[in-house]
Amino acid sequence: MLLSPTDLEAIALTLRLATVTTLILFLVGTPIAWWLARTRSRWKGPVGAVVALPLVLPPSVLGFYLLVTMGPNGPVGWLTQTLGIGLLPFTFWGLVVGSVFYSLPFMVQPVQNAFEAIGERPLEAAATLRASPLDRFFTVALPLALPGFVTAGILSFAHTVGEFGVVLMIGGNIPGETRVASVQIYDYVEALEYGNAHRLSAVLLVFSFVVLLALYAWRPDRGRR
Amino acid sequence: MIYASFRIEWPGFSLDVDEQLPARGVTALFGHSGSGKTTLLRCIAGLEHAATGRLSVNGDVWQDSDSWVPTHRRPIGYVFQEASLFAHLTVLGNLRYGQKRSRSADRRAAQFSLEHAVELLGIGHLLQRRPAALSGGERQRVGMARALAVTPKLLLMDEPLAALDLARKQEILPYLERLHDDLDIPVLYVSHAPDEVARLADHLVVMDGGRVQASGALNDTLARLDLPIRLGEDAGVVLDGHVAERDERWHLLRVACCNTSLWVRDTGAKLGDHARIRILARDVSIAHEPKEGTSILNTLPAQVVSLGDDAHPALCLVRLAVDDKPVISRVTRRSADQLGLAPRQQVWIQIKAVALL
Repeated sequence: MLLSPTDLEAIALTLRLATVTTLILFLVGTPIAWWLARTRSRWKGPVGAVVALPLVLPPSVLGFYLLVTMGPNGPVGWLTQTLGIGLLPFTFWGLVVGSVFYSLPFMVQPVQNAFEAIGERPLEAAATLRASPLDRFFTVALPLALPGFVTAGILSFAHTVGEFGVVLMIGGNIPGETRVASVQIYDYVEALEYGNAHRLSAVLLVFSFVVLLALYAWRPDRGRR
Repeated sequence: MIYASFRIEWPGFSLDVDEQLPARGVTALFGHSGSGKTTLLRCIAGLEHAATGRLSVNGDVWQDSDSWVPTHRRPIGYVFQEASLFAHLTVLGNLRYGQKRSRSADRRAAQFSLEHAVELLGIGHLLQRRPAALSGGERQRVGMARALAVTPKLLLMDEPLAALDLARKQEILPYLERLHDDLDIPVLYVSHAPDEVARLADHLVVMDGGRVQASGALNDTLARLDLPIRLGEDAGVVLDGHVAERDERWHLLRVACCNTSLWVRDTGAKLGDHARIRILARDVSIAHEPKEGTSILNTLPAQVVSLGDDAHPALCLVRLAVDDKPVISRVTRRSADQLGLAPRQQVWIQIKAVALL
C-alpha cells in the first residue's frame, strides 16, 4: 500500500503550508494575544470576536471574501500588483494568507489564555528588578507562557493540515502549487477512485490522531506554577 | 527624606496623602486592609500611576506634574506579599535576574550584595532549587534576597509576612531584624500586624480610609491616646535599650533603658546587645506606693501625663512618663477615679509582662 508520487507531493505541500502558516502565526498571533490579554480598551470585545470568526464562519465564506479582496479588482490585489508581486489567488502564498486567517483563533486563543494566566504580578516583579517592558516580555511573559505556545503551535499546524474549504476557494487545484492532501482526496472521490482516497485519508486520520494524542499527553511541569 | 504626595480617586476608594517620611530606618505603613497603605507603596514603586502626584526621594524627583520615572528605572527593591518568584527560573536565576540588570556602575556592589543577601537570609542551600520546591517561608526569604540583590536605595516591603502562618513568621522575623540592623537602606514596610510593627519599625505611619492619621517616631505614635485607629488588645509601647546583665540562676536578663532597668526572660541575647522591649497597656497597672509582697518583677516610678478614652466605656488609657519615655496603661475608669489620677501626679507602675522582641 504505497502512496503515489502525486500523493507524496500533496502531502509535502500540505506540510510546507502548515509549517509556513504556523511560523507566520507565531509572529502575527503573539502580539494580538498579548494585546487581548492585557488591554482594557473597549476594542477588546470586537477584536476578540473578529479573531474568533473563523471558528464559526463557513470556510467558503472566508475563502470567498479573501478571493474577492486579493483578486484583480480587490484592494489587496491592486496592492500586490502594484508592488509587482502579481495576484495571490491560486498561488502557494495565497494559500498561506488564507490559512493564516483561517487558523488565527487556534494560535491567538491558547496564547492569550496563557498570558492571562500569568497575571500582572510576575511582570511587576520584573519591573522592580530593573527589566524594561520589552525585556519583561521576553524574559518573563514568554517563558511562563511557553505551554500555551506549544499548544497553539500544534493546534494551528494541525488545523491548517485539515483545511479544505478555504483552499478550494482561493487555491483551486494546481498540482505542486495548491493541491494539498485534503483537495487530493476530494479529487479521488470525485473520480470514484476510492482506493486512493482510502489510503490518503488513512494517512491524515493517523496524523491527526497522533497530533492530538501528543497534545493531550504533553503536560510540561504543570506543578511548577 | 522621602516626600510623597498622591491623590487617587477610584470607584469606592480614594487615596489622599501628602507626607514626609524619613529616608532612614524602617518606616511602617500601618492600617487595616483597604486603608490605602499598599496603594501608597505601589505609587512609590511606580506600579500604580496616580494622576496627581509628586514624589521625591533624597532629592531625586521620581514623579511630578511633568515627569514620571518608570518602575524599572527607580532604584528600589520590592518584596511582594506572596514572594512572586519566577517559576521558570531557579532560586539563583531569580536572584541574578535583577542583579544582572543593575547599572554597570553598581555591578560590583550588586555582586557583593547578592552574596551578602544570600548569607543574610540563609538561603545558600536553596540556590539550585525551583521556587515550586520551596516552603512558603523559604520563598519569602528568596523574595527578600532578590530585592536586596539589586542594591536598592529604598526597600519597599508589602506585608511580606501576611501570607505565612505563625511558625513561618517566627522563622522570618529574625532575618528581617538582621536586615534592620545590618543594612543601611531605608525600608518602607506595609503591615496590618501590630506585633511586626512593634518589632521592626522606627517610624510609624498610621493610615485609614486612604489618609494618613498619624505619623511620627514609633513610640510617640504608639503612645498617642487620640488616634482614631484603636489597637485594642495590642495597644502598648516599645522601648529600646540594651542587655545589661544576665541572671543565670533565674534565667532573666536585665535590660537597661531610659535610666532604669527591666527584668525580662532570658532569650539568649548577648550582653550589650541592642534590645527592644514591648509593654502592652493591659499589662501595666498603677499604684500610689511601690507594693511589696507581689509576684511582679518590674515596678517603676512614673508620672501621669494624660488620660484618654478606650474602646469600652469602663476602661481608660493612661499615658505615663517613665523618665522621658512614654508608657501607656489600661485601667478601669473606677480605678482611675479611686486613685485620683491626674496629669503630673507621681505614681508607681507595675508591669506584669515585658516582652523582649
